[in-house]
Amino acid sequence: MIINGVTIDKTFAEAFPMKATRAIITAQNEKWAMISAQAMTGFATSVIACGCEAGIERVLSPEETPDGRPGVAIMIYAMGGKGLAKQLETRAGQCVLTSPTSALFAGIEGGKPIPLGKNLRYFGDGFQIAKKIGGKRYWRVPVMDGEFLTEATTGMVDAVGGGNFLVLAESQPQALAACEAAIEEMRKMPNVIMPFPGGVVRSGSKVGSKYASLGASTNDAFCPTLKGVTKTDLSPEIESVMEIVIDGLSKADIDKAMRVGIQAVCDLGAANGIKRISAGNYGGKLGPFHFHLQEIMA
Amino acid sequence: MTTLTFTLKHFPAQRVDMSPLICSKLEGLDANAICAIELQNGKSKVRVDHLFYVTGSNTQDILIANSSNKLDFIGKELDGGSISVQGDAGAYLGLQMKSGSINVSGDAGLYAACEMKNGLLQINGDAGDFLGGALPGNKQGMKGGTVLVKGNVGQRAGDHMRRGQILIEGNVGDYCGSRMLAGTIAVMGNTGRYLGYAMRRGTLLLWNQPQLSSTFNDCGSHTLAFLPILFSSFKSLDSRFADAQAKFDRVRRYGGDMAETGRGEVLVRI
Repeated sequence: MIINGVTIDKTFAEAFPMKATRAIITAQNEKWAMISAQAMTGFATSVIACGCEAGIERVLSPEETPDGRPGVAIMIYAMGGKGLAKQLETRAGQCVLTSPTSALFAGIEGGKPIPLGKNLRYFGDGFQIAKKIGGKRYWRVPVMDGEFLTEATTGMVDAVGGGNFLVLAESQPQALAACEAAIEEMRKMPNVIMPFPGGVVRSGSKVGSKYASLGASTNDAFCPTLKGVTKTDLSPEIESVMEIVIDGLSKADIDKAMRVGIQAVCDLGAANGIKRISAGNYGGKLGPFHFHLQEIMA
Repeated sequence: MTTLTFTLKHFPAQRVDMSPLICSKLEGLDANAICAIELQNGKSKVRVDHLFYVTGSNTQDILIANSSNKLDFIGKELDGGSISVQGDAGAYLGLQMKSGSINVSGDAGLYAACEMKNGLLQINGDAGDFLGGALPGNKQGMKGGTVLVKGNVGQRAGDHMRRGQILIEGNVGDYCGSRMLAGTIAVMGNTGRYLGYAMRRGTLLLWNQPQLSSTFNDCGSHTLAFLPILFSSFKSLDSRFADAQAKFDRVRRYGGDMAETGRGEVLVRI
């Protein structure tokens, strides 16, 4: 399959089941909601070392938030419910409770309830106040700038993590420009996050390493500087490869995000140095969710 | 199916226990069976059809027409469905109701919404003392749901209240929120003496400055984020509380009752 001069490999991305939740952070203005959201989703690029994958889903207008203030929707993904709950609570306590004027609300109705502010309330040292409004429990925790308002729980649902595609380009600036274009379009899609810095990964990995202590190491088949010394997957003109990883609430959500992302890359086309789109997989042995690139772009 | 209607034939001389006439207890009964139900009337028992003209068949939608303040225990332990009352209701309206809705076009007597657990109880006239309170000797009053009173309310509203919300468009008598454990009472009109007497927790949300006891301490003026959410939850009500003009988020906060734990609050609109 070739789109605008870009070859779409006959391969697939391989993804895994994860647990996910969404939270809504509001503040006096969008600036402070975003500051809090960025803090809460920081150091959360990969579950391998961060414990979770997190990202900003989108900015919310005052009409879309529970308290009528500007807000930001964030999503957190983890391999299990226990780990997700721990990450959510720790991050909410350190990054939202502490952030001036912030309030924190559930972003997923239904699913299994997990604590959002349920335990943060103890920071109130007995002065905290519960309010049950419209069937939802809120906690008002007195803090130095007034009150921190938080919903007690949010919903945890089954999700999919690790959808991905690789952008193979003739130069590093061209690969990055294509990924930026893809991320700009993908961020318009609901129910997905791209957890890596700016949504883009330059250090894709393979399973295993020559060093026994490492479970993963650089994906040498896609490293352009190793073309002559390893079993490469790159043609001579490829000088840079970048990856976009997607976590979503469902396979369909990731399908849609991958489609708009790959399309944005292809729109730049071969004229802008984009040669191929490929994907990372483990031979289909590890993850039950397979995203076949040519089927997605058909 | 049409609304199951009980039209009072004449005002009873003695009080009537209406607790058998709730949706769940009437479900599956035919007209004859409903007419044969016996109600406690003073010292004696009387058949339903001796007191009421009975028409209609929808047991989940009950109307009590030409009602009197002698009809007690209307909607007691109501668990789903709706009861409308045209006229006044007696004491213990919606006692321990679990879900569903009750709407009274006139006034209600003592202990309306007493120990109510959930649902919506709307009184378009006035309500008597101990609205949302606890039965004498019990330690917890209303535990959930919403009570809306468009008129005035007597004394001890929300006594021992544990959870839920009482919304009062008119004035309220003395000891409003007394011994309150938690929950919210909102009053658009004026409040009487001894507001929040011995309250432990909970919120009294007022439109007008009250006469406060010395055991309530001024905590200053604040913008509270939960108030817009609280007002948004009133949107579906047939009430002045649903008006956009009724909304506010800036209040004067008084903490108390300091003679108790002092974790309660009186919030006054500014």
